[in-house]
Amino acid sequence: MNLLAFFRRRDSAPVARERLQVLLAHERAVLGGSDLISVLQEEILAVIARHVTVDRDKVQIRLDRGDLVSTLEVDVEVPSTLPNATRTAHARA
Amino acid sequence: MAQVVVVTSGKGGVGKTTSTAALGAALAQGGENVVVVDFDVGLRNLDLVMGAERRVVFDLINVIHGEAKLPQALIRDKRLENLALLPASQTRDKEALTPEGVERVISELRTKFDWIICDSPAGIERGATMAMRYADIAIVVTNAEVSSVRDSDRIIGLLDAKTEKAERGQKMPKHLLLTRYDPARAARGEMLKTEDVLEILSIPLLGIIPESQDVLKASNLGSPVTLSSPNSAVARAYVEASRRLKGEQIKLTLPVEARRGLIGKLFGRRAIA
Repeated sequence: MNLLAFFRRRDSAPVARERLQVLLAHERAVLGGSDLISVLQEEILAVIARHVTVDRDKVQIRLDRGDLVSTLEVDVEVPSTLPNATRTAHARA
Repeated sequence: MAQVVVVTSGKGGVGKTTSTAALGAALAQGGENVVVVDFDVGLRNLDLVMGAERRVVFDLINVIHGEAKLPQALIRDKRLENLALLPASQTRDKEALTPEGVERVISELRTKFDWIICDSPAGIERGATMAMRYADIAIVVTNAEVSSVRDSDRIIGLLDAKTEKAERGQKMPKHLLLTRYDPARAARGEMLKTEDVLEILSIPLLGIIPESQDVLKASNLGSPVTLSSPNSAVARAYVEASRRLKGEQIKLTLPVEARRGLIGKLFGRRAIA
């Protein structure tokens, strides 16, 4: 091992601490009490379904967990025959 | 009034059984009437760690199913007369643990002992949820390592949701027992520090148990470490933790091995044993 690398060696414990803090913040939100993300997902779909027929197979859901903000994308394909509905309802939570 | 304590962790191999045996023995050494209960049905080991494996006749499942009376299944410790073991079954599985049966056994134990210490199996399934279900206090055993801390966090969530206390809207008192701790590695930044784990899990600290060769020696001998190596740092740490469990206010120090002189180093092992 070269001497410089030895002195520049980064402690691993702070990395562990940071990873845990980010991870647990998410896991507590998802597991603790009500499952916010899935509740939102269900309620958003229910609202859309009240106005248009939603085909469950044509719903795309993506979840992205960021450090500070998580995004939930719900893409619902709406049949084009309906006059007043937009083609795609895009919800972000 | 009897106290039902669950020793739990989520993750396996962190020291639940060792801690159950050591805390149980430490409380008994302090004059309390104690029973340690193995909930690891199918994979029992508390009997082995307590050195009672050859004396098991009936077990927790036999009592739950009415095949034996509680006093028939209880094994008195040979070293401490006020310490008893209720072993788990080795041949059944955890589905044999019914909430009604466990409740009945726990309430009968409450009439006989001051402390009922339930050794939880790893995982978050039936064995673990049954071990914590009727507890008054929880001890969360954690190593200063990412997967153990994560699993402890999950267990803390379950203690606040799936216990009788939680269902009645009461708060479950939880204590952190940091085990297999290596202060030298923590100081070098190679291991999470006590403060890191405490900050992340945010439950009060019951004790820090140093990593120690005496633990393996104790399980080899089938004796709780507070009995097999009473002067070791690890035994002293368990004794202090047991006193805190009783509500005593003791300043937390990180126990270290007593320094041996040259003669002690040369003859240390035999002289101390």
